Amino acid sequence: MELDNNQLLRFTTAGSVDDGKSTLIGRLLYDSKSIFEDQLAAVETTSKRKGHDGVDLALFTDGLKDEREQGITIDVAYRYFTTPKRKFIIADTPGHIQYTRNMVTGASTANAALILIDARHGVIEQTKRHAFIASLLQIPHLIVCINKMDLVEFSEERYNEIISQFEEFSSKLYVKDVRFLPISALLGDNVVNRSENMKWYQGAPLLHTLETMHISSDINKIDARFPVQTVLRPQREGFIDYRGYAGRVASGIFRPNDEVTVMPSGFTSKIKSIDTDKGELAEAFAPMSVSITLEDDIDVSRGDMIVKTANKPEASQEFTAMICWLHNDAAKPRAKYTILHTSNEPKAMIKEVLYKIDINTYGRDEENKDLKMNEIAKVKVKTTRPVMIDEYRDNRITGSFTLVDDATHETVAAGMIV
Amino acid sequence: MSKYYLNYLDELESEAIYILREVWAQFENPVILFSGGKDSILVTHLAKKAFYPSKIPFPFMHVDTGHNFPETIQFRDDLIKDLDAQLIVGSVQEAIDTGRVAEEKGKSATRNSLQITTLLDAIENNKVDCAIGGGRRDEEKARAKERFFSHRDDFGQWDPKNQRPELWNILNGKHFEGEHFRAFPISNWTEMDVWNYIKKENIAIPSLYYAHDREVVWRNDSWIPVSDFLKLEDGEKVETKKIRFRTLGDITITGGIESDADTLEKIAMEVSAMKKTERGDRTDDKRSESSMEDRKRQGYF
Repeated sequence: MELDNNQLLRFTTAGSVDDGKSTLIGRLLYDSKSIFEDQLAAVETTSKRKGHDGVDLALFTDGLKDEREQGITIDVAYRYFTTPKRKFIIADTPGHIQYTRNMVTGASTANAALILIDARHGVIEQTKRHAFIASLLQIPHLIVCINKMDLVEFSEERYNEIISQFEEFSSKLYVKDVRFLPISALLGDNVVNRSENMKWYQGAPLLHTLETMHISSDINKIDARFPVQTVLRPQREGFIDYRGYAGRVASGIFRPNDEVTVMPSGFTSKIKSIDTDKGELAEAFAPMSVSITLEDDIDVSRGDMIVKTANKPEASQEFTAMICWLHNDAAKPRAKYTILHTSNEPKAMIKEVLYKIDINTYGRDEENKDLKMNEIAKVKVKTTRPVMIDEYRDNRITGSFTLVDDATHETVAAGMIV
Repeated sequence: MSKYYLNYLDELESEAIYILREVWAQFENPVILFSGGKDSILVTHLAKKAFYPSKIPFPFMHVDTGHNFPETIQFRDDLIKDLDAQLIVGSVQEAIDTGRVAEEKGKSATRNSLQITTLLDAIENNKVDCAIGGGRRDEEKARAKERFFSHRDDFGQWDPKNQRPELWNILNGKHFEGEHFRAFPISNWTEMDVWNYIKKENIAIPSLYYAHDREVVWRNDSWIPVSDFLKLEDGEKVETKKIRFRTLGDITITGGIESDADTLEKIAMEVSAMKKTERGDRTDDKRSESSMEDRKRQGYF
């Protein structure tokens, strides 16, 4: 299979067993022929043992021992399949409220989110929660799958009714691209193959949608940002004076001769070369890993950011962010954390909790300011040294950060700069 | 206008290079776990790219079960010499000889789980704080939930229910003394991706991956190679078959498949038409539904 120009699309599926999420993933894998014989045989055996008729597709996404015993997903699981058009990575996340942190994790790298709605029940609290997280994490594409259409007699009227319900609340959210699909994961209607039962639906099935969706513009190509991960100083023959700044382009495009500024120091220089093991490049764009050499011998190290002089991020020690609390231990007021922002890691504290958001109703709570696991709040963050930030809406890499508890080294919060 | 997006293999490469550089920046004493299999060879190749024009800054660590394919060891030694790198060998045979672990008994005895003790000893004795592995999430269901930076407690154990969330491309390698991390730069690659990339980059791999004539016996639905360690059971007979291996583990448990694929092109073609998962020929994974998860919890690769 030649896949030279094929892109990678990452998508997340949030949902619970009840709305057919596992069945949908199983159906995608099965109908796209991504299931191996030994996997199929294992699932057939288990299906029989559990007394199911035929193959229980949901079992393909069976996870850890505890999860199998309890019949629920606890953690994010990653699954892979490839079609002649694209490679796909699914971040399969549990949908219950106590797993908000896992949904946030799965959503952080996704190009697209699948939201499942049970056609019998329509929009429920969980739908709103999933849509909110997709919007908070700025997933560029949202695909709302109205599932179990077979249980509502494949009714177009019911389908349209649910779309209206969804649009009514989603107008409060910021999502660029929303699509709707009537499907039956159980029977396979509009998943990989077009539905024979819903001729009234003119759009493409789910897989085709995923294969053809335009994702090249999901990455910011305007603001050139290059966080330095490490400095390469080979000090061997042929490279005695070589000093390359290794990193991955976060956004924008860099070319030799570009006027650049190293932040936060503010030193300016020009790009001398953009190097890889295969030679020099004429340009580098996100998400390429390269090393950059500069014309001038200036002090650059990990934590610094090389940017184009004409377009700089803000170097700030105080900013506002939406954060999701990820840890069992609640946030401690004014406690010190380490902030991980690109390759920079100064100390930080949450100076103020402005308000918490109820992710089911989108209401603001300005009274209770304790921040517990799975809660989302707007906060003010203060850092000991400047961080080079963009708004998360413009830049998912320079606009995001995590907080680490210095006492436990655990990752306790995920933040998006507003 | 030129295209400003990467194809999927370039994106996976770039992600792996990013992770390898983070390991170097965040840890004091990282090593590459090297088995001589294609996945650890791939990680080595990516590390060469990540630090070019510098040398790979990590030593290599091999957990030697004593039940190797001779070709694997030859390949390992040649590669290490070529890279001018340091090799640390943890020996399972030595652990058995000194009574640190006991050999399994019975027909399907393997040294697979004995590797855990040797690996953890080698990590501790060499004060390794991050061991870079070639594990992939598509290999097995317990691996599907593994992080890029996977935390191990001071007993070397993995707690799948208490993993650090990993968001965006932010990796948290902070740890206390005595704890270590496993890093998996090729987490997001599938077997097919690995072969397509090996073909694209023309990476040298042990001859065992190419179809060749070999003496084998039919056992557990695959062709087990004849070696000094193999004890023939009643009714088993030695045959010469043209086979190749999809994965390389211990010579005692790694089954080959009949194949004519003797070039990278043919291997990639064959893999894309495969009907069984690559670990389907590994006896170690057939023991129970959660054998990989159980081994991983204890500190396995």
